Amino acid sequence: MARYEAIQKIMESIDDELIVCNIGFPSRELYEICDRSENFYMIGSMGLASSIGLGLAVAKPRKDVVVIDGDGSLLMNMGSLVTVFANNPSNLTWIVIDNGAYGSTGNQDTYAQKINLVDVAKGIGFKNSFNFDDIDLKDVIRSDDAGFIVYETEPGNSSAPIIDLDPITIKERFMSSI
Amino acid sequence: MDSTQAIYDGLKDAEVDFIVSVPCVNLSKLLDMVDEDSEITHIPVTREEEGIGICAGAYLGGKRTAILMQNSGLGNSINALKSLMELYEFPLLMIMSHRGTEGESICGQVPMGESTPKILEGMDFSYFTPATPDEAYDNVRHAWEQSEDEGKPVSILLEISYW
Repeated sequence: MARYEAIQKIMESIDDELIVCNIGFPSRELYEICDRSENFYMIGSMGLASSIGLGLAVAKPRKDVVVIDGDGSLLMNMGSLVTVFANNPSNLTWIVIDNGAYGSTGNQDTYAQKINLVDVAKGIGFKNSFNFDDIDLKDVIRSDDAGFIVYETEPGNSSAPIIDLDPITIKERFMSSI
Repeated sequence: MDSTQAIYDGLKDAEVDFIVSVPCVNLSKLLDMVDEDSEITHIPVTREEEGIGICAGAYLGGKRTAILMQNSGLGNSINALKSLMELYEFPLLMIMSHRGTEGESICGQVPMGESTPKILEGMDFSYFTPATPDEAYDNVRHAWEQSEDEGKPVSILLEISYW
């Protein structure tokens, strides 16, 4: 199973949650699978999905926020694990689709192949650090602590096209949906 | 007017209610005031770039955002400032302690300090260099509105002589 199927599986648990989605193929695939106003698609700034999600979750404590991140992007902003843990927004669930590869640039290997990201998050202190296969996503979304979930997949991209929304439209329709 | 109070009053007048920070010794009094203000959400961050992302998310959630940092943090944030903030037209107020300016005692601050205004010019971002607290108050209180109008971050550079 590759990322596309993982995103399909994640979306089965999504109702009115706000989603912040990682740059590149993850956003393209989410757009094809289930475009909705409550999706914020990143078009630049690799690494910052979890940071955007944290700011949103703190600003909107009554809305559930789900971040769809990748292993390469997580490695680019490891400090975010600390900042998210320290602030522990109960309404934030951070899913890392871990395919061990920089998928959008040609599937080059990432160092995530050499480490266990669930253990890294547990080591920092996350109470809710799980493999996707071991949990019901909705339970983690509803829990009283920030969630960190690793979804292990094979590398590989679908043929999802480039998103045909301009950034301002993505922003404005997202904000008006809140 | 006190140099720190002027910045704080400007932020309050601009109705900034969400601040991320990486500390500088020259900002320490301001950071204390922000921490004590129950109307302002303050999130210290590990690196300035993640702070830019957090501010983008908070703006999506309806907040008026600012980052407090040294000018060195500008260097750590350039891509996010361009390919997140400018790309999506997110406003942001950047309050920077401008080190490496006249009176600097640490040589390591000088190269980035000298380049900071040129970097902002190269990024095509507006910035102000107030010399007095009165000027700073005036710059800060109008900077949020300017940032919204321009769809880009607006910076306040606070040189060593300012304090």
